[in-house]
Amino acid sequence: MKRTAMLALIIGVGVAALVLPGQRTSAEERSQVSISGAGASFPYPIYSRWAFDYQRLTGMKFNYQSIGSGGGIAQIKAKTVDFGASDAPLKADELKEAGLLQFPMIIGGVVPVVNVKGIAPGQLRLTPSLLADIFLGRIATWDHPAIKDANPTLSLPKTAITVVHRADGSGTTWIFTNYLDKVSTEWHEKVGTGKAVDWPVGIGAKGNEGVAVNVQRVNGGIGYVEYAYALQNRMTHTLLQNRAGKFVPPTDETFQAAAANADWEKAPGYYVVLTDQPGDESWPITGASFILVHLEQPDKARAKAMLKFFDWCYRHGVKSAKELHYVAIPENVFTLVEKNWEQELRADGAALWP
Amino acid sequence: MRTRPRRQPKADTFFKYLSAGCAFVLLALIAGLFIELLRGSSQSLAKFGARFITSGAWDPVRQDFGAASSIFGTVVSTAIAMLLAVPVSLVIALLLVELAHPVISRIVGTAIELLAAIPSIIYGMWGLFVFAPFMADYVQPVLGTKLGFLPLFQGPPMGIGMLTAGIILALMVLPFMCAAMRDSLAMVPAVVKESAYGMGSTTWEATRRVSLRYCIAGMVGAVFLGLGRALGETMAVTFVIGNSHSISASLFAPGNSIASTLANEFAEASEPMYASALIELGLLLFVLTFIFQAAARIWLRSVGLTERAKG
Repeated sequence: MKRTAMLALIIGVGVAALVLPGQRTSAEERSQVSISGAGASFPYPIYSRWAFDYQRLTGMKFNYQSIGSGGGIAQIKAKTVDFGASDAPLKADELKEAGLLQFPMIIGGVVPVVNVKGIAPGQLRLTPSLLADIFLGRIATWDHPAIKDANPTLSLPKTAITVVHRADGSGTTWIFTNYLDKVSTEWHEKVGTGKAVDWPVGIGAKGNEGVAVNVQRVNGGIGYVEYAYALQNRMTHTLLQNRAGKFVPPTDETFQAAAANADWEKAPGYYVVLTDQPGDESWPITGASFILVHLEQPDKARAKAMLKFFDWCYRHGVKSAKELHYVAIPENVFTLVEKNWEQELRADGAALWP
Repeated sequence: MRTRPRRQPKADTFFKYLSAGCAFVLLALIAGLFIELLRGSSQSLAKFGARFITSGAWDPVRQDFGAASSIFGTVVSTAIAMLLAVPVSLVIALLLVELAHPVISRIVGTAIELLAAIPSIIYGMWGLFVFAPFMADYVQPVLGTKLGFLPLFQGPPMGIGMLTAGIILALMVLPFMCAAMRDSLAMVPAVVKESAYGMGSTTWEATRRVSLRYCIAGMVGAVFLGLGRALGETMAVTFVIGNSHSISASLFAPGNSIASTLANEFAEASEPMYASALIELGLLLFVLTFIFQAAARIWLRSVGLTERAKG
């Protein structure tokens, strides 16, 4: 009897200690909306950073689940989240059918990463055909003559190449396979572009994080990750030869150069794919990540709060985007986007922006 | 004098119907699951038919799917796990019940139950960060050089692959089976064992001919438990199996199991045919588990090892 009483007391105190601090008594905080979003893991680092900064500024809570682009699209279609995020843009007819508005939020680069003894970050040079052949399984060891040709100064070991790709469907995969599709006819015929594809060789890992871990784990591994993951995990990235024939490193400048030529205005739903862009400085595997919201918003206050957040990210999020090695959307583009909001987003017939 | 039959008290009748109701709910749940799986996979069943089971394709771009690599991976990883775990858990259970000092038996027994309680994702993470490198650096190179003439042990030692997944699965089901086996061995009445010893049998003879035969039903049940868990295990396998939709003779090669494919790809399957193919994979796993269990029971009955055939 005494023991049960003690046990009940301990459990009660423990539960109270966990629950009570969470109760906020401020009326202001109780009235704050909490916006939920889900989707691509590609922009997850920057979205969570922006959400954190914005919450510190305004107290508004943001919940972003990095479940993948396909998951984001499915959830926004099912109306379980306020906005969805996808690296693979939806085409205009798909947008119309689902009643969604699509706009670009951030631009980033996908980077091939390797784990080969004796190769430092930024040393290995890869041409488009080399990259495609490696991922097609045509080149099986690192000391293959074709790789040696592109890298005459490096001493390449005889290690087997282990390709690491994504096991889950992913917008990062979409951007990467889109690039390979453009530069290799064999890839175009055999594999194609998709969030998930029939990879000819390699092992699959879950998420950008999984690919990073697996490449670091396996000697001779090569994979592709979003640039922020490559930096955070201090991985060995490679140089890629772009359309102009120059070997460029993945940096903010090269991502920006790739995005500079894009014609956002003419593309319906901002359907612009930034891979294999012309320009001496362009990084070949650049991609934009998009936000999807419903044209018809159910809750006016929530929708306005959400749009205010996106506007803040466009105007004031440039610095943190730069810190995390993403490229912010240029001003002329987000002005267009906000005009779209004004013209197309409605809640019960009322305009939501400005 | 005519005697009236005693009417059952109301409480008994109520309890009878309540328990019958609960049992019925369970059956209804299984039936409902099966029907939902059938419905969800109707598109894929209509398009692929029987070809789905034999086709090794998995092309989300061209929407061509086949379950062969997933079924192969599930069966092989489960087989490796069972081959490793069943003998070892039997030996451990025997040790704990028959041979060890009671204190050691209690300590080790508790440790095994704690192992059984570890979430599977922890096994997966441990497998990826600790065990896979160990396999890649120490075990697989040795197997490759010594036994490399067998197609089973060819290929680059990546650490991740079918063998590692099978071993981790074995480590996961071992505590379950061991605990269940130990419990059933412990239920053998002391009087039965002592009568064997009284007749002059050695420890092994008493164990084999008396204890094991007495609780064979419990042992079989423990193996089924482990088998069911191994067939459906998801997170631990996903981390270390390599997630590649290919069939390879080598144990070093990556593969995939039905559960790992579902875990990886279901959330992103935006096309209806893709989702339908994945649900059909789930249906196949359901059917596979059912077939395994039914076949095992039929075989056991034919060999005479069921509950009815005690002693």
